[in-house]
Amino acid sequence: MKYQYRDREMGERILQKIGDLDLELTLMHVCGTHQDTLIRHGLQGLLADVGVDIRQGPGCPVCVTTPKEIEESLLLAKNGKTILVFGDMLKVPGASSSLSQAKTEGCDVRVVYGVDDGVRIARGIDNDCVFMSIGFETTTPSSAAALKAKTPDNFYVLTCNRLVPPALKAIVQMGEIRLDGLIEPGHVSTIIGSEPYRFISEEYGIPQVIAGFEPLDLLMGVYMLAKQKMKGESKVEIEYTRAVREEGNPKAVEVMDSVFEPTDVKWRGFPVIPDSGQELREEYGSKNARLVFEDILAELEGREFPEPEGCLCGEVLRGIVTSDECPLFGTACTPESPVGPCMVSAEGSCNIVYKYGKMG
Amino acid sequence: MSLILFGLMCLAVPAKVVRIKGDVAEVDFGGVVKEANVSLVDTKVGEYVIIHAGYAIQTLDKKEAEETLEMFREILGDSHA
Repeated sequence: MKYQYRDREMGERILQKIGDLDLELTLMHVCGTHQDTLIRHGLQGLLADVGVDIRQGPGCPVCVTTPKEIEESLLLAKNGKTILVFGDMLKVPGASSSLSQAKTEGCDVRVVYGVDDGVRIARGIDNDCVFMSIGFETTTPSSAAALKAKTPDNFYVLTCNRLVPPALKAIVQMGEIRLDGLIEPGHVSTIIGSEPYRFISEEYGIPQVIAGFEPLDLLMGVYMLAKQKMKGESKVEIEYTRAVREEGNPKAVEVMDSVFEPTDVKWRGFPVIPDSGQELREEYGSKNARLVFEDILAELEGREFPEPEGCLCGEVLRGIVTSDECPLFGTACTPESPVGPCMVSAEGSCNIVYKYGKMG
Repeated sequence: MSLILFGLMCLAVPAKVVRIKGDVAEVDFGGVVKEANVSLVDTKVGEYVIIHAGYAIQTLDKKEAEETLEMFREILGDSHA
């Protein structure tokens, strides 16, 4: 049973069925773990052989965090605050440097696995601690739960949280890429369920399947999308039924919504996307690093933070180029010496493609 | 296991609930037992949950898990319907 979702015979059968439909499809997923499964198991290439091209969209919370947000954390670090951050964020270059660089220069930057680690660190020291709260709907409820459960007075949050459905809407509206279907992220969907995606199928006629992360999950997800396409349907289906319910996790959503509220925010590679960010509600203002440390952060206001020169992370995040099409890929930009975030994060498309040495 | 400890952002891993004490539970990742916050789910000892960044974000449906391949076969058999 353990490896049932990696059964080769079943995988070949699904690929055959997709091939039998004789369609040319361009699909997008928005999840680093999906990208890992696609590349690690060679599915990208196998699917290309049956006419399916899959792009990773803006599905990497670290990658879509903007240089400005990184600069905010750097400025707070340089002003003596302890920065608590997920390990994936450390080496991502901002406009001036990275948190990893700041750490080597003596700033107090500490890696945490989750928000509760950060709270524990804050309890143990007197210094002001700022948790860089990065993540989609999968992660934001944990930040919310920690804040609701009480945090020490020296614990603050720099919110970089984002919502997936508004970004999908932005991708569709930008129209840069033909999309025959969307593979929706399984773990985001454990929280939000299927309803928040429905408007994309109804208003834009795009089939969607919420898929799990094993090879057969993804192949089946693609087949379900191909079948919708063939039948001329567009709806949201759930392949990952063992973890995703239509209603999601209402308890987690309630906690998240009681602490955070949607706000307009820029994503790396995108313009400002309406209601796609998550900011702390007014009653949590005393925890909001942007309000509490407004004076320190004021110097960033009005400044422009350009993308690194030659970096195509924005295009990769919009699905219009693949990682290996970027001229910097594997030459000027490697995991050891990254130019853009997609090469840094273990969920970034470039990092994953570099790691496995192939696109499919 | 190393993946769990490195803290990838959206990675989430199934684990079995061993003991619950308030909002915190001991959860078993196939032999390695760690603490996780279970305040976002309704769960009980013996159930499987998905852990992300130290929090259980959803319970796993054992019946659905066992029947997934059966569902796949049905969908495949249905392809020319």
